[in-house]
Amino acid sequence: MTDRRSIAVVTAGLSEDASTTRLARAIAQAASDVVSRDGAPEPEVRLVNLRDVAHGITDAMLTGMAPAPVQDALDAVLTADALVAATPTYKASYSGLFKAFFDLFDEGALENLPTVVAATGGSPRHSLVLDTALRPLFSYLKALTLPIGVYAATEDWADASLQSRIERSGAALAGMLGVGTPGHDVAGPGHAAGAGSGATEDGASAADGASTEPVGARRNAPPRPDRSVRDEFAAVPNFEDLLAAVRG
Amino acid sequence: MQLGIFTIGDVTTDPTTGKTPTEHERIKATVAMARKAEELGMDVFATGQHHNPPFAAPANPPVLMGAVAAQTEKIQLSTATTLITTTDPVRIAEDYAYAQHLADGRVDLTLGRGNTGPVYPWFGKDIRQGIPLAVENYQLLHKLWREENVNFSGRFRTPLQGFTSTPRPMDDVPPFVWHGSIRSPEIPEQAAFYGDGFFHNNIFWNKEHTERMVAFYRQRYEYYGHGSADQAIVGLGGQTFMAKNSQDAVRQFRPYFDNAPVYGHGPSLESFMEQTPLTVGSPQQVIERTLSFRDYAGDYQRQLFLVDHAGLPLKMVLEQMDMLGEEVFPVLRKEFDSLRPAHVPEAPTHESLVARHAAGKDPIPGGGPDSQAAKDRAAKAEAAANAQQDSSK
Repeated sequence: MTDRRSIAVVTAGLSEDASTTRLARAIAQAASDVVSRDGAPEPEVRLVNLRDVAHGITDAMLTGMAPAPVQDALDAVLTADALVAATPTYKASYSGLFKAFFDLFDEGALENLPTVVAATGGSPRHSLVLDTALRPLFSYLKALTLPIGVYAATEDWADASLQSRIERSGAALAGMLGVGTPGHDVAGPGHAAGAGSGATEDGASAADGASTEPVGARRNAPPRPDRSVRDEFAAVPNFEDLLAAVRG
Repeated sequence: MQLGIFTIGDVTTDPTTGKTPTEHERIKATVAMARKAEELGMDVFATGQHHNPPFAAPANPPVLMGAVAAQTEKIQLSTATTLITTTDPVRIAEDYAYAQHLADGRVDLTLGRGNTGPVYPWFGKDIRQGIPLAVENYQLLHKLWREENVNFSGRFRTPLQGFTSTPRPMDDVPPFVWHGSIRSPEIPEQAAFYGDGFFHNNIFWNKEHTERMVAFYRQRYEYYGHGSADQAIVGLGGQTFMAKNSQDAVRQFRPYFDNAPVYGHGPSLESFMEQTPLTVGSPQQVIERTLSFRDYAGDYQRQLFLVDHAGLPLKMVLEQMDMLGEEVFPVLRKEFDSLRPAHVPEAPTHESLVARHAAGKDPIPGGGPDSQAAKDRAAKAEAAANAQQDSSK
């Protein structure tokens, strides 16, 4: 069994070929390219286009119950190994739709989720939106927001430097998936160590459930964070403890 | 099976006419509903407790219960809910016991915490302390109804020394208590600890959620030794609107749904029906849907319907009650009763509680000596004693 990684791409772009969606996909693609270049299985990229579930997001906000398509979108993020979150800049911040979606997550649900923040705007004068709006939001959600985000103004699309910024952020995200850490020789110690364990690959390791993923990828991978949705029934205090807590 | 209605007393504009009832009209309509429920042979009428507009529910439900008690003879009077967090448990003990006497025992209550933040400070409380308030206040209420000369000191109210709540409950048997909660598992835990009932409003959320809350309560009820899980006392809410043919029901109810407080201006009527137990359709559809609650809640004891919210005028509410009382309830009662195994009890009434008390079978809070809870406590105490012995060697 191959341990294929997944990248959730959340975009609040509104038009059919929105530049925000284009930017978000490009970052995921860059990460994916680095991962597969290093011999690991190409990550699954899950596109969550918020426009498609905008009405459902409002319903969930009003009733506290997510309709199935919204729940699928939430699950796509909750079960991903990494996140690219991209929004157009509206009135100097993320769009209302973008915020409304992230408002639906339980506290701590995105804890330690490697995240690249990205935004588009009509003017380069909004480039700090990543730092003034998106980073505080993802800090609150306890996501592992990577230092390199990408902001693309209209004019950046004509500039080759945008692609290099996309590739840098993609490589950083790939690093969090266990491969392609910038400056790290992934083909070195990882693959060397892999030679020994590779021998067990075809039979034994599959039988005992161990991963057959190239060892280089596994070696550098951070422990997969536990982001299971909080279970309210997991640790209900015994009633005697509740009573003891109010004893005067 | 007890079948009835509950109201939260919302004063809402009728979206089809633009008319908003006055508080006086709303209050009188509520009494008219209670009388109608009695006339139709319904088992339960339950009222909410509210302290803020747009509600004209009593701030102290025994006021309404007393009035209804005077105009009825058979119907059980209950609440949906009594605010255990912001109401002084001494007043709950006194007022509900008084109402119980007036109604010749036809009183029980459902405790809730209340989720309207501003209400708490009006009564000197803090919503962040909701669970501890529910725990401490009910502990005191439970004691006040069972002991005279109560000494009590807690975190949230003035201590009591040698206090006796009056009047004493009728026949020394306190009104039965249901604990209501939509999402906090501490509340079914509390209900199970005392061997009380658990009520889930079953209106705003999906059935899977209600199912987990009920299953948790049942499992803990057994743990505390009050009976097997399937003998726990469960009540559910529900919401219906009916017409002879289902398209008419949908057409008539849609403007009320679309503008309703809480879920209005949100999901469509169709998707809300799919996601929650709301049933808008023919009496037969309501019967089938309601019987299906048993699939996820088990054999349960009480089913109440919300029929008067969202600005529905009294005339329509009374028509809905006619259909419930004449077409739906007789079938539900028969079906539920025939499906329920003999060892699963019916909902407690004053008579059954008097008999239980006389037989010395009142539930022991936290579980009697044969309960798993008691065994766990003993094992824990022994382990602690051993640990102490070891360390003193």
